[in-house]
Order: sequence, then structure tokens, then C-alpha cells
Amino acid sequence: MANTTIATPSSSTLKTQGSALQRFLQATEIDTRLLGMIGALLIIWLGFQLTTGGLFSGLFLTPRNLWNLTVQAASVSVMATGMVLVIVTRNIDLSVGSILGFVGMIMAITQAKILPPLIGFDNPATWIIALAVGIALGTAIGAFQGMIIAFLNVPAFIVTLGGLLVWRAGAFLVISGATVAPMDSTFRLMGGGAEGSIGATASWVVGVIACVVIVASIINSRKQRKRFGFPLRPMWAEYFLSVVGCIMVLIAVWVLNSYYMPVNLAKKYAEAHNIPWPEGGLQIPLGIAIPVLMAVGIAIAMSFLTTRTRFGRYVFAIGGNPEAAELAGIKTRWVTVRIFALMGALCAIAAAISTARLNAATNAQGTLDELYTIAAAVIGGTSLAGGMGTISGAVLGAIVMQSLQSGMVLLRIDTPLQSIVIGIVLVMAVWLDTVYRGRAK
Amino acid sequence: MTEQRTPLVEMKNISISFGGIHAVDNASVDLFPGEVVALLGHNGAGKSTLIKILSGAYKRDAGEILINGEPVHISNPRDAKGYGIETIYQTLAVADNVDAAANLYLGRELRTPWGTLDDVAMEAKAREVMGRLNPNFRRFKEPVKALSGGQRQSVAIARAILFDARILIMDEPTAALGPQETAQVGELIKQLKREGIGIFLISHDIHDVFDLADRVSVMKNGQVVGHARTEDVTKDEVLGMIILGKVPPKAIAGPGAMQTA
Repeated sequence: MANTTIATPSSSTLKTQGSALQRFLQATEIDTRLLGMIGALLIIWLGFQLTTGGLFSGLFLTPRNLWNLTVQAASVSVMATGMVLVIVTRNIDLSVGSILGFVGMIMAITQAKILPPLIGFDNPATWIIALAVGIALGTAIGAFQGMIIAFLNVPAFIVTLGGLLVWRAGAFLVISGATVAPMDSTFRLMGGGAEGSIGATASWVVGVIACVVIVASIINSRKQRKRFGFPLRPMWAEYFLSVVGCIMVLIAVWVLNSYYMPVNLAKKYAEAHNIPWPEGGLQIPLGIAIPVLMAVGIAIAMSFLTTRTRFGRYVFAIGGNPEAAELAGIKTRWVTVRIFALMGALCAIAAAISTARLNAATNAQGTLDELYTIAAAVIGGTSLAGGMGTISGAVLGAIVMQSLQSGMVLLRIDTPLQSIVIGIVLVMAVWLDTVYRGRAK
Repeated sequence: MTEQRTPLVEMKNISISFGGIHAVDNASVDLFPGEVVALLGHNGAGKSTLIKILSGAYKRDAGEILINGEPVHISNPRDAKGYGIETIYQTLAVADNVDAAANLYLGRELRTPWGTLDDVAMEAKAREVMGRLNPNFRRFKEPVKALSGGQRQSVAIARAILFDARILIMDEPTAALGPQETAQVGELIKQLKREGIGIFLISHDIHDVFDLADRVSVMKNGQVVGHARTEDVTKDEVLGMIILGKVPPKAIAGPGAMQTA
């Protein structure tokens, strides 16, 4: 090129104008939408706390309720992370609840009926074989549906609506509608509960590791920007983000560690471990539940996938403009197949969590989960028009949905009324999001 | 320009039809290095269809494509890019919801040794290329959707030249732009020409491209009316070719020329 003036990255990208709040948001580069969602969640929590007995004696913001909340949100949260990718590419998956039911049933049959005669009851390998079978099956179902969508050009809505019926019926047919129980004892750890939690010490270790990762990633991103001379965040913003991130993690761990084993379980635990039963009872912190750990791990992995890999970039490019993506040489059909395969695999993991939690597989398991999953993704800011959505938003969306449900249970609101409230909240959330987006333009 | 040189691109007797309609019928065009050829015609004359065959978006029914005299097979956009053919589409085919750097590298992302996206390196290179094309461009962090038509156009052009294109196809490059931005694109085309890149300009508006082009090829009803060097013909004569299919004396008639007598 004749003209080789290189544009010097100017500091004008970090404009310093507007109110103090705007300056603060600009410097820290916090996603305002995410901030809004966290605010909404806190309002919901506070609202339930006040209505269930006041600020200090409410039933909602207790370690017990919050601990249960995290466990209950895990299964939908896992599926919602995959649903983000599906919706971002302008598709929909209505079959996730049925896939969960079918795969959960197959996993249960594998560990309760097929494996015991072959490798014995409660073999240490049982859970891993059952889980592997489930994930393989889920992936295969997802890939199959994806291929019909991508290569036969049948709309995703129809294909997965068919899947909704087919896999639900499949869950019934494989064992003539029977309920399969019990699950393998190691497999059951994936369901949480007193056994399926990692305890106080391990929870603190996880929390500290998370803090180290937060700080390391902030340092690394600053280093990367420096390498190419890009505008940097002010130093105070870096410190602020590190400190707030770490404090939030540690508070979460502290809350989960403040939930102690119920008395009868603690007694059993004491007997099993030969601990004498003290006068005032034994307080054994449960710590983080294994399904929650799985959900968090999956959320992190999916975030990484969407923001740091080629596949993720393609997913968003296709969502923004499918034609442009195709013309840029992206194999859009294969990306679609991979998205649905991934969705199937996540359904299998969610199935493992929910069958383990129930300690049984029924043919009705996961009924209506597709709607909760889609609602979680959409409340979390995933646009049905495609191209927009975040994993963290979807996880927050799942927590919002679960908070509403468990809060209303605490308030003893009837089930039909609960559905009405959730339906209204869903519509309102999307409306607010539309307003926000309209103003952002 | 001596006609003995091997053309950079030669499309010979290309035909394609959609459900019985001959969108392109036995059309031939060629392009030499450092040359700008304007492909003119009414809406629906088949010019975009013809060029989409070259860029791999459509598959031809008949005919052949030669690049540097060698017959080539182009069956998808990836093949075309492999031959150094880059296209800037009328609809500005950019992915609206990702930023400029992501668009420049779409389909050919830079990656770190761990296989993850090297966003920082891509942004650095994007800043360099965009600085060359459009020094006023600053909005690297925003989705392309938020940019103006001219800025989007410069992203599309940067995307094409980033990978050392030898053949550039521009479909209505200035249709969506204001006068100042149009002038900017004109400058850019001259700059690319000096570097020996062959450019196909497609337009239905002769005024857009007449001053930029070395030659014009006119299409009508899927057929080529004729070719002419811009210095040999006037704008009115070219308009006659577009509207009536009437070939002026200094132009070379094609199969679509109006049959006189």
C-alpha cells in the first residue's frame, strides 16, 4: 500500500464525559444489562424476604433457602446455557424437556437394570458408564435433530416439536411407563443433598481458587491490551473489579457454608463417622452442592466456548446475518448441527442432575422444562431475533425463575397462581428488554 | 492494454437458469490485472447473478471460468477466496452483531497457540488496516450494526483487501453511501488499481462508475450486449446499450446486441 499511516489507537474510545455513574460504568466496562438483571434479582429476593416475615426474620434470605435455590436452579441453568446458542442462531429447541426425560430414563435403566448383572451392584464405574451412555445418547439425539434442521431445511420449531412428542413417548415406551429406582450411590452425588455436597473446607478452597482465577484473568487481559497499546482501564477500576468479584464469590461460599445438615441426617453422619453426639447438636456445613459445582463449571466452559473460540464466533455471526456468514465461508449447516448436538449433551447432564436428585427416573421427568429453559435464556437477555445473548445472562435468568418459584412456595401461593405470575414476569422481562434495546440505539 | 496478455479472470459462455428462467445466458466477460471493468445493466439484467457465480454463491449450469488462463472449479465461497477472489456485496454482507475486527477475520480467525481466538491480535491488525482505509474510524468495540453506511462499507472493503485479494468484486459499492463517502470509495478503488488488483464494479447507475472504469460490459435480459473501452464511448452511448441494447460503432457486440435490420 502506498499510504501506510497506522492509526494510533486513541484514547477517545474511553470517553470521559457524562455523569459520575456513566463514567464509572465506562471505566469498569461493566455490562449495564447484566447489572440491571442483578438489580432485578436483588429486588425479587428482598421482596420475598420482606413478605415472608420481614427483613431480619424472613424465610427467603436464609442459608437453607438459598442453598436449595442453587440446587434447584442447576438443571435448568445447565440447559439454558445451550439454549442461548440455539436461540442466538434464530432457532428454538422445544424438545429439551423430553430429551431430559428420555435420556434420564435410559441412564436409570443402564445403572439399575443393565449394569448390576454385568459388573455387580454399586460398582465404582457404574456412574461414569451411565453418565457416558447418557451424554452419548443426548448428543446423538441433538445431532440427529440438528441434521434434519440444517440439511433437510425443516424449521427447528417443527423438528423439536416433533422431538418433544417422540422422546416423551420414548421415555414411556422403553419401560412401559414404570418408574426406575434406585440410582447408583455415586451417581446420586450429582443430585446434591447432604451426601452430594463438598463440605466447608473444600468449598473455601473452591472459592479461593475462583478468586485467584478472577485476579489472574484481569491481570492477563491488561497485559494483552498493553502488548498492542490499546486503551487500558484505569487502575482503580481494575482493583474495583477484582475486589468486587472476589467478595461476591466469598460471600456465596460463606452463605452455602452456613447451611448445616438437618439434625436427623447429622445424627446418621455422626454415627457413620463415629463422632460422639454433642449436647447442642452437631453443626456440619454442607458447602457447595455437586450439581451447583457442575452447573457453574458448565457455565464457565460455555462462556469460554462462546467468547473465546471460533465456534462461538461463528454462532454469533450466523445469528447476526446468516447470509453474510455463509458468504464468509462459514459452514453454517455444520455449525447448526454442532449447536443442537451440544444442546443434547447438556440435556443429558441436566438429566443426570435431576434423576440423581430424585433418586429415580420417571417418564414425566422434565415436563415443561423446555419452557423454563427458554424463559431463562430469554429473561437473561437472549434475543429471539437472533445474534444476541450471553451465558451469564441465561444462568441469572434461571436463578430469577427459580427464585420466583421458591419464593412463591414460601408464601404458600397456589400452583396455578404461580404459573400466572411466572407467565406475566416472562412477558414483562422481554418487554423491558425491548425498551432497553430501543433506547440503546 | 494489449489484448495478448492473459486475462486475470475470464468467464466464458456462462449460463444459469432458475426454474426455467435464463438469468444468465451465454455470457462472457474478462478482466485484466490493474483494470476496472464496470458491469452495467438494469435491475434484473443478470449482472449480480453472473458475478455471484464467480464469487461462489451460485453454481453455473454451463460455461467455464479461467483464472490466469487456467480453468478452475468454484463451487462455494471458500473456493473463490482460495483463488484470491473477494466480494463486497450490495447488501454489505457483514455480520451485524460482532465488531469490526471480528468481521474482518470472519471465517479466517487468528488463533493463539491454544486454539482460542486471538482477539487482541485481530483488533491490532484491524486498527492498522482500517487506519489505512479510513483514518477516522474509531469504533472498534461496537457491533457493526451501530456504524454508518460508509463505515460499514469500509469494513467490508478492509475485509476484502486484508487477505491479499487479486480480484475484487464490488456489487453496487456506493449505492448505500453519501457523496463524501462515495468519493472516498472512488479514491480507494484507484489505490487498489495501482496495486494491480483487478476490479469488477457492478452497477445499474452509469454515473456511479463511468469515471472509475477502464471498460464497460453491458448486460440486458441475461445476455451480454457488448463491451467497450470507456474512452471510446460516451455516457449516452452506454445508456443506449443499457436501455435498448444498441451497440455503438466502437464497441464490440455480444450475443445480446439489438439486431439491426
